[in-house]
Amino acid sequence: MKLILLAISAALVNNVILSQFMGICPFLGVSKKVNTAAGMGGAVIFVMTIASTVTALIYNFVLVPLDLEYLNTIVFILVIAALVQFVEMFLKKAIPSLYQSLGVYLPLITTNCAVLGIALKNVQDGLSILASVVNGFASAVGFAIAIIIMAGIREKIEHNDVPESFKGAPIVLISAGLMAIAFMGLSGLI
Amino acid sequence: MGKITERLQNGIIKENPTFVQMLGMCPTLAVTTSAINGLGMGLTTTVILTMSNLMIAALRRWIPDKVRIPAFIVIIASFVTMVQFALQAYIPSLNASLGLFIPLIVVNCIILGRAEAYASKNPVIPSVFDGIGMGLGFTIGLTTIGIIREVLGAGSIFGYTFMDNLNTYIGENAPAKVVQFLQDQGLFEPIGIFISAPGAFIVLAFIIAFINHRNIKKAKLQGTQPKLCKLADCASCQNLMCQGSKKSFEENKAEEE
Repeated sequence: MKLILLAISAALVNNVILSQFMGICPFLGVSKKVNTAAGMGGAVIFVMTIASTVTALIYNFVLVPLDLEYLNTIVFILVIAALVQFVEMFLKKAIPSLYQSLGVYLPLITTNCAVLGIALKNVQDGLSILASVVNGFASAVGFAIAIIIMAGIREKIEHNDVPESFKGAPIVLISAGLMAIAFMGLSGLI
Repeated sequence: MGKITERLQNGIIKENPTFVQMLGMCPTLAVTTSAINGLGMGLTTTVILTMSNLMIAALRRWIPDKVRIPAFIVIIASFVTMVQFALQAYIPSLNASLGLFIPLIVVNCIILGRAEAYASKNPVIPSVFDGIGMGLGFTIGLTTIGIIREVLGAGSIFGYTFMDNLNTYIGENAPAKVVQFLQDQGLFEPIGIFISAPGAFIVLAFIIAFINHRNIKKAKLQGTQPKLCKLADCASCQNLMCQGSKKSFEENKAEEE
Protein backbone atom coordinates (compact mmCIF):
# COMPACT_ATOMS: atom_id res chain seq x y z
CA MET A 1 0.00 0.00 0.00
CA LYS A 2 2.81 2.36 0.94
CA LEU A 3 4.52 1.59 -2.36
CA ILE A 4 1.34 2.31 -4.33
CA LEU A 5 0.99 5.66 -2.61
CA LEU A 6 4.68 6.37 -3.31
CA ALA A 7 4.14 5.53 -6.98
CA ILE A 8 1.08 7.76 -7.36
CA SER A 9 2.82 10.58 -5.59
CA ALA A 10 5.93 10.28 -7.79
CA ALA A 11 4.06 9.95 -11.07
CA LEU A 12 1.29 12.51 -10.66
CA VAL A 13 1.38 14.67 -7.56
CA ASN A 14 5.10 15.42 -7.51
CA ASN A 15 5.57 15.09 -11.24
CA VAL A 16 9.32 15.23 -12.04
CA ILE A 17 8.92 17.86 -14.72
CA LEU A 18 5.98 19.97 -13.70
CA SER A 19 6.55 20.25 -10.00
CA GLN A 20 10.19 19.31 -9.43
CA PHE A 21 11.67 20.82 -12.60
CA MET A 22 13.98 17.96 -13.44
CA GLY A 23 14.43 16.97 -17.08
CA ILE A 24 13.17 20.26 -18.51
CA CYS A 25 15.68 20.06 -21.39
CA PRO A 26 14.25 17.00 -23.15
CA PHE A 27 10.76 18.12 -22.14
CA LEU A 28 11.18 21.31 -24.18
CA GLY A 29 13.57 19.96 -26.80
CA VAL A 30 12.08 16.60 -27.81
CA SER A 31 8.37 17.34 -27.57
CA LYS A 32 7.60 18.49 -31.11
CA LYS A 33 5.83 15.32 -32.22
CA VAL A 34 3.84 12.78 -30.24
CA ASN A 35 5.70 9.72 -31.50
CA THR A 36 9.16 11.16 -30.77
CA ALA A 37 7.91 12.19 -27.34
CA ALA A 38 6.56 8.69 -26.74
CA GLY A 39 9.93 7.22 -27.77
CA MET A 40 11.75 9.52 -25.38
CA GLY A 41 9.27 8.69 -22.63
CA GLY A 42 9.76 4.96 -23.18
CA ALA A 43 13.54 5.29 -23.13
CA VAL A 44 13.43 7.33 -19.92
CA ILE A 45 11.18 4.74 -18.22
CA PHE A 46 13.60 2.01 -19.23
CA VAL A 47 16.80 3.80 -18.16
CA MET A 48 15.46 5.44 -15.02
CA THR A 49 14.14 2.16 -13.60
CA ILE A 50 17.47 0.43 -14.20
CA ALA A 51 19.47 3.43 -12.98
CA SER A 52 17.46 3.72 -9.76
CA THR A 53 17.96 0.03 -9.09
CA VAL A 54 21.69 0.05 -9.77
CA THR A 55 22.42 3.26 -7.86
CA ALA A 56 20.39 2.08 -4.86
CA LEU A 57 22.33 -1.20 -4.85
CA ILE A 58 25.68 0.55 -5.16
CA TYR A 59 24.82 3.03 -2.44
CA ASN A 60 23.64 0.40 0.02
CA PHE A 61 26.23 -2.30 -0.65
CA VAL A 62 29.33 -0.35 -1.67
CA LEU A 63 29.26 3.26 -0.49
CA VAL A 64 27.65 2.76 2.92
CA PRO A 65 29.91 -0.11 4.07
CA LEU A 66 32.98 1.87 2.95
CA ASP A 67 31.77 5.12 4.59
CA LEU A 68 31.97 6.90 1.25
CA GLU A 69 28.43 8.30 1.15
CA TYR A 70 29.75 11.76 0.35
CA LEU A 71 31.02 10.56 -3.02
CA ASN A 72 27.49 9.77 -4.20
CA THR A 73 27.26 12.55 -6.80
CA ILE A 74 30.48 11.53 -8.58
CA VAL A 75 29.75 7.81 -8.39
CA PHE A 76 26.14 8.10 -9.53
CA ILE A 77 26.85 10.23 -12.60
CA LEU A 78 29.62 7.89 -13.75
CA VAL A 79 27.45 4.83 -13.12
CA ILE A 80 24.58 6.36 -15.06
CA ALA A 81 26.81 7.35 -17.99
CA ALA A 82 28.32 3.85 -18.15
CA LEU A 83 24.94 2.23 -17.68
CA VAL A 84 23.40 4.08 -20.59
CA GLN A 85 26.27 2.94 -22.81
CA PHE A 86 25.78 -0.66 -21.70
CA VAL A 87 22.03 -0.54 -22.19
CA GLU A 88 22.59 0.80 -25.68
CA MET A 89 25.09 -1.92 -26.59
CA PHE A 90 22.94 -4.63 -25.02
CA LEU A 91 19.79 -3.55 -26.83
CA LYS A 92 21.61 -3.30 -30.14
CA LYS A 93 22.78 -6.91 -29.86
CA ALA A 94 19.96 -8.60 -27.98
CA ILE A 95 16.69 -6.85 -28.77
CA PRO A 96 17.16 -5.02 -32.07
CA SER A 97 13.44 -4.23 -32.39
CA LEU A 98 13.44 -2.32 -29.08
CA TYR A 99 16.72 -0.66 -30.07
CA GLN A 100 15.05 0.51 -33.28
CA SER A 101 12.42 2.41 -31.34
CA LEU A 102 14.44 3.63 -28.35
CA GLY A 103 18.04 3.67 -29.61
CA VAL A 104 18.32 7.27 -30.74
CA TYR A 105 17.01 8.58 -27.44
CA LEU A 106 19.39 6.69 -25.20
CA PRO A 107 22.45 8.95 -25.56
CA LEU A 108 20.25 11.93 -24.72
CA ILE A 109 19.38 10.49 -21.35
CA THR A 110 22.76 10.58 -19.61
CA THR A 111 22.56 14.28 -18.88
CA ASN A 112 18.83 14.22 -18.34
CA CYS A 113 19.02 15.58 -14.84
CA ALA A 114 15.91 13.65 -13.86
CA VAL A 115 17.85 10.38 -13.84
CA LEU A 116 20.60 11.66 -11.55
CA GLY A 117 18.08 13.73 -9.60
CA ILE A 118 15.86 10.78 -8.78
CA ALA A 119 18.85 8.61 -7.86
CA LEU A 120 20.07 11.28 -5.43
CA LYS A 121 16.58 11.91 -4.11
CA ASN A 122 16.12 8.21 -3.32
CA VAL A 123 19.22 8.39 -1.16
CA GLN A 124 18.27 11.71 0.42
CA ASP A 125 14.80 10.47 1.36
CA GLY A 126 16.31 7.28 2.77
CA LEU A 127 14.20 4.97 0.62
CA SER A 128 14.76 1.23 0.74
CA ILE A 129 16.02 -0.53 -2.40
CA LEU A 130 12.55 -1.72 -3.42
CA ALA A 131 11.06 1.72 -2.78
CA SER A 132 13.85 3.29 -4.85
CA VAL A 133 13.00 1.06 -7.80
CA VAL A 134 9.30 1.89 -7.52
CA ASN A 135 10.06 5.59 -7.16
CA GLY A 136 12.36 5.53 -10.21
CA PHE A 137 9.81 3.72 -12.36
CA ALA A 138 6.88 5.89 -11.26
CA SER A 139 8.80 9.16 -11.70
CA ALA A 140 9.74 8.07 -15.21
CA VAL A 141 6.09 7.27 -15.95
CA GLY A 142 5.26 10.78 -14.76
CA PHE A 143 7.93 12.13 -17.13
CA ALA A 144 6.44 10.15 -20.03
CA ILE A 145 2.91 11.37 -19.26
CA ALA A 146 4.01 15.00 -19.15
CA ILE A 147 6.15 14.89 -22.31
CA ILE A 148 3.46 13.09 -24.33
CA ILE A 149 0.72 15.54 -23.28
CA MET A 150 3.09 18.40 -24.11
CA ALA A 151 3.78 17.00 -27.58
CA GLY A 152 0.03 16.67 -28.19
CA ILE A 153 -0.48 20.29 -27.25
CA ARG A 154 2.43 21.44 -29.41
CA GLU A 155 1.05 19.62 -32.44
CA LYS A 156 -2.16 21.59 -32.01
CA ILE A 157 -0.29 24.88 -31.43
CA GLU A 158 1.27 24.50 -34.89
CA HIS A 159 -2.10 25.26 -36.45
CA ASN A 160 -2.88 28.26 -34.28
CA ASP A 161 -2.21 31.90 -34.87
CA VAL A 162 0.31 32.72 -32.15
CA PRO A 163 1.46 36.36 -31.75
CA GLU A 164 4.80 36.78 -33.43
CA SER A 165 6.84 37.46 -30.30
CA PHE A 166 5.35 34.41 -28.57
CA LYS A 167 6.27 31.98 -31.36
CA GLY A 168 8.69 29.22 -30.42
CA ALA A 169 9.88 29.02 -26.84
CA PRO A 170 7.45 31.41 -25.08
CA ILE A 171 4.23 29.70 -26.14
CA VAL A 172 5.69 26.32 -25.25
CA LEU A 173 6.62 27.61 -21.79
CA ILE A 174 3.15 29.08 -21.28
CA SER A 175 1.55 25.75 -22.23
CA ALA A 176 3.89 24.08 -19.75
CA GLY A 177 2.82 26.58 -17.10
CA LEU A 178 -0.86 25.83 -17.72
CA MET A 179 -0.11 22.10 -17.56
CA ALA A 180 1.65 22.64 -14.25
CA ILE A 181 -1.44 24.42 -12.91
CA ALA A 182 -3.56 21.47 -14.03
CA PHE A 183 -1.20 19.04 -12.31
CA MET A 184 -1.36 21.07 -9.11
CA GLY A 185 -5.01 20.02 -8.99
CA LEU A 186 -3.87 16.43 -8.54
CA SER A 187 -2.33 17.21 -5.17
CA GLY A 188 -5.65 16.32 -3.54
CA LEU A 189 -5.14 12.68 -4.57
CA ILE A 190 -3.04 11.83 -1.55
CA MET B 1 43.18 42.66 -21.77
CA GLY B 2 40.91 42.99 -24.78
CA LYS B 3 40.41 39.25 -24.78
CA ILE B 4 39.29 39.29 -21.16
CA THR B 5 36.63 41.97 -21.59
CA GLU B 6 35.53 40.28 -24.81
CA ARG B 7 35.02 37.00 -22.91
CA LEU B 8 33.11 38.67 -20.10
CA GLN B 9 30.88 40.54 -22.52
CA ASN B 10 30.31 37.40 -24.54
CA GLY B 11 29.08 35.49 -21.50
CA ILE B 12 26.98 38.22 -19.96
CA ILE B 13 25.29 39.65 -23.04
CA LYS B 14 26.00 38.10 -26.42
CA GLU B 15 25.65 34.46 -25.47
CA ASN B 16 23.75 34.86 -22.20
CA PRO B 17 23.12 31.26 -21.16
CA THR B 18 19.62 31.87 -19.81
CA PHE B 19 18.01 34.28 -22.25
CA VAL B 20 19.92 33.65 -25.48
CA GLN B 21 21.07 30.04 -25.36
CA MET B 22 18.35 28.76 -23.03
CA LEU B 23 20.70 26.33 -21.32
CA GLY B 24 20.44 24.99 -17.80
CA MET B 25 16.69 25.32 -17.71
CA CYS B 26 16.18 22.99 -14.74
CA PRO B 27 17.82 25.18 -12.08
CA THR B 28 16.57 28.31 -13.85
CA LEU B 29 12.98 27.29 -13.30
CA ALA B 30 13.33 25.40 -10.05
CA VAL B 31 15.27 27.62 -7.66
CA THR B 32 14.10 31.09 -8.70
CA THR B 33 11.27 31.26 -6.18
CA SER B 34 13.03 34.25 -4.64
CA ALA B 35 15.72 36.68 -5.73
CA ILE B 36 18.18 35.50 -3.11
CA ASN B 37 17.86 31.87 -4.19
CA GLY B 38 18.43 32.85 -7.82
CA LEU B 39 21.50 34.86 -6.86
CA GLY B 40 22.85 32.03 -4.68
CA MET B 41 22.39 29.42 -7.38
CA GLY B 42 23.95 31.70 -9.99
CA LEU B 43 27.02 32.42 -7.88
CA THR B 44 27.44 28.76 -6.91
CA THR B 45 27.35 27.82 -10.58
CA THR B 46 29.80 30.62 -11.41
CA VAL B 47 32.31 29.35 -8.87
CA ILE B 48 32.06 25.78 -10.14
CA LEU B 49 32.19 26.85 -13.78
CA THR B 50 35.28 29.00 -13.21
CA MET B 51 37.12 26.27 -11.31
CA SER B 52 36.24 23.55 -13.78
CA ASN B 53 37.23 25.77 -16.73
CA LEU B 54 40.55 26.51 -15.01
CA MET B 55 41.26 22.85 -14.33
CA ILE B 56 40.20 21.63 -17.76
CA ALA B 57 42.16 24.34 -19.57
CA ALA B 58 45.24 23.51 -17.49
CA LEU B 59 44.91 19.79 -18.21
CA ARG B 60 43.83 20.11 -21.83
CA ARG B 61 47.07 18.67 -23.26
CA TRP B 62 46.98 15.63 -21.00
CA ILE B 63 43.37 14.58 -21.34
CA PRO B 64 43.12 12.01 -24.16
CA ASP B 65 40.53 13.00 -26.72
CA LYS B 66 38.59 9.75 -26.52
CA VAL B 67 37.87 9.85 -22.82
CA ARG B 68 37.59 13.60 -22.47
CA ILE B 69 33.87 13.64 -21.66
CA PRO B 70 34.11 11.24 -18.68
CA ALA B 71 37.22 13.12 -17.55
CA PHE B 72 35.36 16.44 -17.65
CA ILE B 73 32.47 14.91 -15.73
CA VAL B 74 34.77 13.66 -12.98
CA ILE B 75 36.44 17.08 -12.69
CA ILE B 76 33.09 18.88 -12.59
CA ALA B 77 31.56 16.41 -10.13
CA SER B 78 34.55 16.77 -7.78
CA PHE B 79 34.22 20.55 -7.73
CA VAL B 80 30.48 20.26 -7.20
CA THR B 81 31.04 17.99 -4.20
CA MET B 82 33.60 20.37 -2.74
CA VAL B 83 31.36 23.40 -3.18
CA GLN B 84 28.46 21.48 -1.68
CA PHE B 85 30.51 20.80 1.45
CA ALA B 86 31.57 24.44 1.64
CA LEU B 87 27.94 25.55 1.44
CA GLN B 88 26.87 23.00 4.05
CA ALA B 89 29.52 24.35 6.39
CA TYR B 90 29.28 28.10 5.84
CA ILE B 91 25.86 28.93 4.31
CA PRO B 92 23.56 26.12 5.51
CA SER B 93 20.42 28.17 4.81
CA LEU B 94 21.28 28.50 1.11
CA ASN B 95 22.20 24.82 0.99
CA ALA B 96 18.81 23.94 2.44
CA SER B 97 16.83 26.10 0.03
CA LEU B 98 18.71 24.96 -3.09
CA GLY B 99 18.66 21.36 -1.93
CA LEU B 100 18.94 18.75 -4.64
CA PHE B 101 19.86 21.30 -7.29
CA ILE B 102 23.39 21.73 -5.98
CA PRO B 103 24.49 18.17 -6.85
CA LEU B 104 22.50 18.52 -10.07
CA ILE B 105 24.89 21.27 -11.21
CA VAL B 106 26.96 18.30 -12.47
CA VAL B 107 24.51 17.77 -15.31
CA ASN B 108 24.03 21.47 -16.03
CA CYS B 109 24.53 21.84 -19.76
CA ILE B 110 26.32 25.16 -19.39
CA ILE B 111 29.30 23.71 -17.54
CA LEU B 112 29.95 20.71 -19.77
CA GLY B 113 29.16 22.88 -22.78
CA ARG B 114 31.80 25.49 -21.85
CA ALA B 115 34.34 22.79 -21.04
CA GLU B 116 33.84 21.21 -24.44
CA ALA B 117 33.42 24.36 -26.51
CA TYR B 118 35.99 26.65 -24.91
CA ALA B 119 38.13 25.46 -22.03
CA SER B 120 39.39 22.32 -23.73
CA LYS B 121 40.78 24.36 -26.62
CA ASN B 122 42.04 27.58 -25.02
CA PRO B 123 44.71 28.68 -22.55
CA VAL B 124 44.01 29.03 -18.85
CA ILE B 125 43.44 32.77 -18.43
CA PRO B 126 40.85 33.30 -21.18
CA SER B 127 39.11 30.11 -20.01
CA VAL B 128 38.83 31.42 -16.46
CA PHE B 129 37.30 34.66 -17.69
CA ASP B 130 35.03 32.74 -20.03
CA GLY B 131 33.79 30.86 -16.96
CA ILE B 132 33.32 34.05 -14.97
CA GLY B 133 31.48 35.74 -17.85
CA MET B 134 29.16 32.83 -18.52
CA GLY B 135 28.56 32.36 -14.79
CA LEU B 136 27.70 36.02 -14.30
CA GLY B 137 25.38 35.88 -17.32
CA PHE B 138 23.63 32.92 -15.71
CA THR B 139 23.52 34.72 -12.35
CA ILE B 140 21.94 37.79 -13.94
CA GLY B 141 19.35 35.62 -15.66
CA LEU B 142 18.42 33.75 -12.49
CA THR B 143 18.35 36.87 -10.32
CA THR B 144 16.11 38.69 -12.81
CA ILE B 145 13.62 35.83 -12.86
CA GLY B 146 13.89 35.53 -9.07
CA ILE B 147 13.17 39.23 -8.53
CA ILE B 148 10.14 39.18 -10.82
CA ARG B 149 8.70 36.06 -9.20
CA GLU B 150 9.34 37.29 -5.67
CA VAL B 151 7.77 40.70 -6.30
CA LEU B 152 4.69 39.24 -7.93
CA GLY B 153 4.35 36.18 -5.76
CA ALA B 154 5.35 37.31 -2.29
CA GLY B 155 5.29 41.10 -2.53
CA SER B 156 8.86 41.39 -1.37
CA ILE B 157 12.30 41.83 -2.88
CA PHE B 158 15.42 40.07 -1.53
CA GLY B 159 13.25 39.25 1.48
CA TYR B 160 12.29 42.85 2.26
CA THR B 161 8.55 43.29 2.27
CA PHE B 162 7.24 46.52 0.82
CA MET B 163 4.71 46.80 3.59
CA ASP B 164 7.26 46.61 6.38
CA ASN B 165 9.35 49.31 4.77
CA LEU B 166 6.35 51.58 4.38
CA ASN B 167 5.71 51.09 8.06
CA THR B 168 9.19 52.19 9.06
CA TYR B 169 9.49 55.08 6.65
CA ILE B 170 6.09 56.72 6.70
CA GLY B 171 4.83 56.07 10.20
CA GLU B 172 2.24 53.85 11.75
CA ASN B 173 -1.12 54.99 10.48
CA ALA B 174 -0.47 56.16 6.96
CA PRO B 175 0.62 52.78 5.60
CA ALA B 176 -2.52 51.09 6.85
CA LYS B 177 -4.53 53.35 4.59
CA VAL B 178 -2.12 52.85 1.71
CA VAL B 179 -2.27 49.09 2.14
CA GLN B 180 -6.04 49.15 2.36
CA PHE B 181 -6.21 51.25 -0.79
CA LEU B 182 -3.78 49.05 -2.72
CA GLN B 183 -5.52 45.88 -1.62
CA ASP B 184 -8.90 47.29 -2.56
CA GLN B 185 -7.47 48.04 -5.97
CA GLY B 186 -5.96 44.59 -6.06
CA LEU B 187 -2.53 46.08 -6.72
CA PHE B 188 -0.28 44.68 -4.02
CA GLU B 189 -2.06 41.46 -3.29
CA PRO B 190 0.70 38.87 -3.77
CA ILE B 191 -0.20 36.34 -6.46
CA GLY B 192 0.80 33.03 -4.90
CA ILE B 193 0.95 31.17 -8.19
CA PHE B 194 4.14 32.99 -9.16
CA ILE B 195 6.22 31.41 -6.43
CA SER B 196 4.79 27.96 -7.07
CA ALA B 197 5.81 25.78 -10.00
CA PRO B 198 3.61 27.15 -12.83
CA GLY B 199 4.78 30.73 -12.23
CA ALA B 200 8.32 29.80 -13.26
CA PHE B 201 7.24 28.74 -16.74
CA ILE B 202 4.99 31.76 -17.22
CA VAL B 203 7.52 34.37 -16.07
CA LEU B 204 10.26 32.92 -18.29
CA ALA B 205 7.82 32.80 -21.22
CA PHE B 206 7.03 36.50 -20.86
CA ILE B 207 10.69 37.50 -20.50
CA ILE B 208 11.60 35.65 -23.68
CA ALA B 209 8.57 37.04 -25.49
CA PHE B 210 9.71 40.53 -24.46
CA ILE B 211 13.22 39.90 -25.83
CA ASN B 212 11.72 38.50 -29.03
CA HIS B 213 9.47 41.53 -29.35
CA ARG B 214 12.45 43.87 -29.13
CA ASN B 215 14.41 41.84 -31.65
CA ILE B 216 11.50 41.83 -34.08
CA LYS B 217 11.12 45.61 -33.76
CA LYS B 218 14.83 46.16 -34.31
CA ALA B 219 14.85 43.85 -37.30
CA LYS B 220 11.87 45.65 -38.84
CA LEU B 221 13.64 48.99 -38.51
CA GLN B 222 16.74 47.60 -40.17
CA GLY B 223 14.75 45.56 -42.66
CA THR B 224 16.49 42.31 -41.69
CA GLN B 225 15.25 38.92 -40.55
CA PRO B 226 14.49 38.97 -36.80
CA LYS B 227 16.67 36.77 -34.61
CA LEU B 228 14.13 34.86 -32.53
CA CYS B 229 15.03 33.01 -29.39
CA LYS B 230 14.87 29.33 -30.19
CA LEU B 231 14.60 26.38 -27.87
CA ALA B 232 18.13 25.21 -27.30
CA ASP B 233 19.00 22.06 -29.09
CA CYS B 234 19.90 20.50 -25.78
CA ALA B 235 20.43 17.31 -27.61
CA SER B 236 23.65 18.59 -29.13
CA CYS B 237 25.04 19.15 -25.67
CA GLN B 238 23.73 15.91 -24.25
CA ASN B 239 25.01 13.85 -27.09
CA LEU B 240 28.55 14.85 -26.28
CA MET B 241 28.43 12.89 -23.09
CA CYS B 242 27.98 9.46 -24.56
CA GLN B 243 29.21 9.57 -28.07
CA GLY B 244 31.83 12.26 -28.00
CA SER B 245 30.50 13.41 -31.33
CA LYS B 246 28.97 16.74 -32.10
CA LYS B 247 26.13 15.30 -34.15
CA SER B 248 22.88 16.85 -33.13
CA PHE B 249 19.87 14.82 -32.20
CA GLU B 250 18.07 15.58 -35.45
CA GLU B 251 21.01 14.36 -37.54
CA ASN B 252 21.17 11.17 -35.55
CA LYS B 253 17.49 10.63 -36.00
CA ALA B 254 17.72 11.25 -39.74
CA GLU B 255 20.60 8.80 -39.98
CA GLU B 256 18.64 6.21 -38.10
CA GLU B 257 15.75 6.50 -40.49
